[in-house]
Amino acid sequence: MLFYSFFKTLVDKEVVVELKNDLCITGTLHSVDQFLNIKLLDISVAEPEKYPHMVSVKTCFIRGSVVRYVRLNPAFVDTELLQDASRREANNIKGAA
Amino acid sequence: MPHQYFPGSASLLEELDKKLMVVLRDGRKLIGFLRSFDQFANLVLQDTIERIYVGDAYGDIPRGIFLIRGENVVLLGEIDLQKDAQTTLRQLPVEEILVLQREEQERIEAQQKIQYKVMLDRGLQPVTDALYEDTYS
Repeated sequence: MLFYSFFKTLVDKEVVVELKNDLCITGTLHSVDQFLNIKLLDISVAEPEKYPHMVSVKTCFIRGSVVRYVRLNPAFVDTELLQDASRREANNIKGAA
Repeated sequence: MPHQYFPGSASLLEELDKKLMVVLRDGRKLIGFLRSFDQFANLVLQDTIERIYVGDAYGDIPRGIFLIRGENVVLLGEIDLQKDAQTTLRQLPVEEILVLQREEQERIEAQQKIQYKVMLDRGLQPVTDALYEDTYS
């Protein structure tokens, strides 16, 4: 659940989602769920002439399984906090086993 | 918050009964009214049309009701009427768009053939689509 929590901290930030079909969508992160399905608002697409079906879309829901990368502004990411959180999660798993 | 009731894909609740464009893993684009969904993003679409895009043209084929298995869904887009009105795409009859689509497909295949030949000539094994099943068009 670490990355789910992490993505929840990025809500309302601008992100670029790159899909496995090479489509790059820039938009404001509206919501994310446990499968890392992503909902973006006010989207724009790189190379719109290659993806004419996307030009009239403003908000979209992206299935988590088709995402290749999510590109973030480094200013929104506290890597130390993330590192601590992942250690804590690893310890929790060890403790439970 | 709807999340508490339906942790899977809570955000789709807001899209129910709206006209959506669904992009599938095989590259097809379906436009219809979202009537039902579940946590896997299995979808039911009513009054669906399949829209085929070639260059700056498109054509619609009426398809009816779809039950889409979630794994085939790439994305669901809500069509913004304002943005839709600004597009310069032109609509063609089904027969014409199908001809254009086939021509484009043949162009792509011919190009691919040349690419494979060049690769083979240089001793490289071209990667065929079967290996790339996971990269959706």
